[in-house]
Amino acid sequence: MAEFLSLHDAVARYVEDGATVAMEGFTHLIPFAAGHEVIRQRKRDLTLIRMTPDLVYDQLIGAGCVKKLIFSWGGNPGVGSLHRLRDAVEKGWPHKIEIHEHSHAAMACAFEAGAAGLPLAVLRGYVGSELPNVNDQIKFIECPFTGERLAAVPSVRPDVSIVHAQKADRKGNVLVEGIIGVQKEAVLAAKYSIVTVEEIVDDLMTLPDYHPNACVIPGWAISAIAVAEKGSYPSYAHGYYPRDNRFYKEWDTIARDREVFTQWLEENVYNAGGQS
Amino acid sequence: MSLEYTSAEMMTVTAARALENGMTCFVGIGLPSEAANLARLTHAPEVVLIYESGTLQTKPDVLPLSIGDGELCESALTTVSVPEMFRYWLQGGHISVGFLGTAQIDRYCNLNTTLIGDYHDPKVRLPGGGGAPEIATNAHEVFITLKHSKRTFVKDVDFITTLGFGRDGKGRDGVPNIGKGPTRAITDLCVMKPDPETKELVVVSLHPGVSREDVYDATGWEIRFAEQLESTPEPNAHELEVLRELKERTARKHTGEV
Repeated sequence: MAEFLSLHDAVARYVEDGATVAMEGFTHLIPFAAGHEVIRQRKRDLTLIRMTPDLVYDQLIGAGCVKKLIFSWGGNPGVGSLHRLRDAVEKGWPHKIEIHEHSHAAMACAFEAGAAGLPLAVLRGYVGSELPNVNDQIKFIECPFTGERLAAVPSVRPDVSIVHAQKADRKGNVLVEGIIGVQKEAVLAAKYSIVTVEEIVDDLMTLPDYHPNACVIPGWAISAIAVAEKGSYPSYAHGYYPRDNRFYKEWDTIARDREVFTQWLEENVYNAGGQS
Repeated sequence: MSLEYTSAEMMTVTAARALENGMTCFVGIGLPSEAANLARLTHAPEVVLIYESGTLQTKPDVLPLSIGDGELCESALTTVSVPEMFRYWLQGGHISVGFLGTAQIDRYCNLNTTLIGDYHDPKVRLPGGGGAPEIATNAHEVFITLKHSKRTFVKDVDFITTLGFGRDGKGRDGVPNIGKGPTRAITDLCVMKPDPETKELVVVSLHPGVSREDVYDATGWEIRFAEQLESTPEPNAHELEVLRELKERTARKHTGEV
């Protein structure tokens, strides 16, 4: 049953040094507030999983929280590079990180397989790609029925998954709207899950626009819920606030330089209390 | 009357013309997205555009900056989860065209978006594969669009992120349940198609004002030209007007956001 905690307490309780953590949200509903809380609590040696690392993992990598990254597209969407990720991979700053690189299809299947409790995901993928040469987590198997050669990757089963959503109700049921990415899969694949939300409402089912097919994650499938208003800024929350494309462009300048980045982190994360 | 247009506009219009009503197109961000939406707003209003963020049959009013902009979701027929997108819609065989950009392409249409240099000691780390590796093999065919230069058109890519036809042109031979692969590459200089036998890219059409030497000088291998080399038709006034309005709307939207 979901427990209502402050973001500080939720991260302190469930994100341990050395843990495998998935913070999901496909361009939309990226859990920035939670990511910043992880940085503030100076968590170390994390294995981070995310299809698109985006700015949030660029920040965590630059802050020195990360040992290993599992991902499938590591750019600043529409802008260019993630400079902190690049600096870590190319020059080892603040330290070298290990990367396991996949395709989106494989990661999406791996999250789904994790939610389904399976050890692996099977897909018709990676044909002719050289990614299997550099990632030993990509194998090929033969279909026992047709003999077709198919790709297999281990399922994603994080110690803790963190996602952001629009609303939770008093029972801890969570509503996700808009681009839903792999959030539900991430929550169900993990041992523990933290969901940050824009607001708490009384009862999701009595909302005027509640739909029987809405993407709802029941409270009894979630470990902790924390309110984090604007918790996915500068990405966006459908129905609440738009993506700050201007900040995504500015990030290119901030993240390019180690000193500028460090100062940004100081001002906007370490010294920003629990509200950034 | 002759129209004024840039080589970038020529590229986008030519890429847009490759799409037709009735096609279901899995759209990459950037140049492919610009071309696909131009097609939808001009000659192919019924073309179905799908983005990997899960937005099915979307009709954005402005071009998205990211693959998951709210605009894509709000103007879509429906939005599905990312696993559903890749498993049911792409792998399930419902995509007729994958429209991709790339950082590097080689003579056999292999795409590199992973890195320049050696994998374990990269000179430049690029974003990676994203949706492309499976779009390129599960879509029925693939269109590619990018700017032409010696830096992007190399004899052999440093890393095959996404299969064109492999290191020897035979990468799809004998593979079951695989799409045709790249059927055309459109740049700001010309249109290329793979040779039906060897799969090596061949220039089939030069844009107006572009010479064979221009293409030769911007390509990292001794590229061949088709015997029946054509001249790409110029953009018309309507296409240019719609494209410019689209880009203006997009710039206004993205700079206006706080």
